[in-house]
Amino acid sequence: MTAQNGRRRFKHEVIDATPGGEQLTLCLQCGTCGGSCPSGADMDHTPRRIFAMIDADMKDEVLSSNTPWFCVSCYYCSVRCPQEIPITDLMYTLKQMAIREGRYEQRRASDFSETFIGYVESYGRAFEMGLATRYHLFHNPMKMVGMATGMGLSLLQKGRMSLTPERINNIEQLQAILNKAKQLSAGGA
Amino acid sequence: MTANANGSYAYYPGCSLTKNAAAYDVSSRVIARALGFELNELTDWNCCGASEYFSLNQLPAYALVARNLALTASEGAKQVVAPCSLCYVNLYKTDKYMGDHADLNEKVNAALAAGKLAYRAGDVKVRHLLDVVVNDVGFDNVAAAVKKPLYNLRVAPYYGCLIVRPRTGFDDVEYPTTMDHLMEVLGATVVDFPLKAECCGGHMTQISDDVALELIRRLLHNATEYEADAIVTVCPMCQLNLDAYQDQVNRRFGTRFKMPILYFTQVMGLAFGMEPKAVAIGKEIVDARPALAKVTAEPPVQPKKKRRDKSALPMPSTEREG
Ligand code: SF4
Ligand code: SF4
Ligand code: SF4
Ligand code: SF4
Repeated sequence: MTAQNGRRRFKHEVIDATPGGEQLTLCLQCGTCGGSCPSGADMDHTPRRIFAMIDADMKDEVLSSNTPWFCVSCYYCSVRCPQEIPITDLMYTLKQMAIREGRYEQRRASDFSETFIGYVESYGRAFEMGLATRYHLFHNPMKMVGMATGMGLSLLQKGRMSLTPERINNIEQLQAILNKAKQLSAGGA
Repeated sequence: MTANANGSYAYYPGCSLTKNAAAYDVSSRVIARALGFELNELTDWNCCGASEYFSLNQLPAYALVARNLALTASEGAKQVVAPCSLCYVNLYKTDKYMGDHADLNEKVNAALAAGKLAYRAGDVKVRHLLDVVVNDVGFDNVAAAVKKPLYNLRVAPYYGCLIVRPRTGFDDVEYPTTMDHLMEVLGATVVDFPLKAECCGGHMTQISDDVALELIRRLLHNATEYEADAIVTVCPMCQLNLDAYQDQVNRRFGTRFKMPILYFTQVMGLAFGMEPKAVAIGKEIVDARPALAKVTAEPPVQPKKKRRDKSALPMPSTEREG
């Protein structure tokens, strides 16, 4: 009984947080998604298996797996799925839940996302140089050397990397919108 | 013709085009002018959040994108054009999902209202620049603008993922061909490129070298196998991955790829007779000049590989062609 409720809870949490998520109940376990996935080999579990695990209420295992973090959002699975399950969007939902629950082990990927978003929220624009440096300084100082001497340098020489972020004019408006959206999403889906 | 078919589109360059992909921005604007349509940059647009925002929190992610749609509608434009495939998908998806899911629509509009904006799904049509060139301008008008056909330049058109997936309807999701035809109209020779709609790894380059570099290696290898002189792209992130990481791929795998990566708009500009500088040739890290030097004034003698005589028995061929 509790397992039953638990299962319903996790699966439904996932479904509720995803536009079109109800399709997930139609998964046939056909494996088309895993077979189409360019990152499949590097994932702890293929998308198909992740969906079986969601169905089996294996919340911890799902949220701590690297699968959603290795999803590159190529949408192959989504267009090939015979049941039109929005798999890519479900991967986004899983990332989001893993972060909220603090259960993810893929710090590298989620910190990258957070750094990126930090710039978007303060400036309204992404900022590659800041992104690369802030992120690598924190995680991978050795890579900074690579950034400075290798690729980063060639991009700089070609005038392809800015040293200062750009800011939109009406940043207050954007922030008001984002704050309201965050409030609404925190208030329960 | 509607105002938008020959007139103006709201132009959403996206962050990448302001700096790292400035070559794409410059060349998009000049080919638009040459083809007689206008790209009016959307005032005060904000970043679309790439795929990063959707990973953290989907509602603010949709709201972030919806601000751009709302601004487009408030400027009175009916269509918004994005040259970046990721921007394109984010704008397209947000408009579509707001139309399909009432709950999402309501929340996104509640968020927009906090900034005194509103957006009604369907009011703005989201287009990729390639879609506009191919379907609004059309191959005939492009052909009419060609002054210096790119004879003998062998190109591998690389679509990547997001221009065709999720299904937006303008080209095949697995085997797109619109850019192939466009390149032929420009006089170039299009090589087979089986991996043309495979993923280049996107932001994986920042997250896992192993995954990303292997995806990039496969693409470079595939194009090299088919003797392409250049890969042509429709997305700033694809260009960045294939161009800027090529050196790392070579070091990691001991390969010697020297494949220039160009934007389709740069290639168009060249065929329209523009100076390489006018379409920002030279911004690429892997030099495109040796490849461009192969262009000849005369069409290739044998544009297609000679077909074997169907009545003959299959024989191993000894002469190498090309
Ligand atoms: S392709 Fe669709 S139906 Fe098949 S296993 Fe994956 S999600 Fe389930
Ligand atoms: S969208 Fe993600 S899960 Fe689906 S095939 Fe692409 S990488 Fe794999
Ligand atoms: S794709 Fe990247 S760069 Fe382009 S707008 Fe969206 S986030 Fe900013
Ligand atoms: S092809 Fe490359 S850049 Fe384009 S979407 Fe796939 S990963 Fe992203």
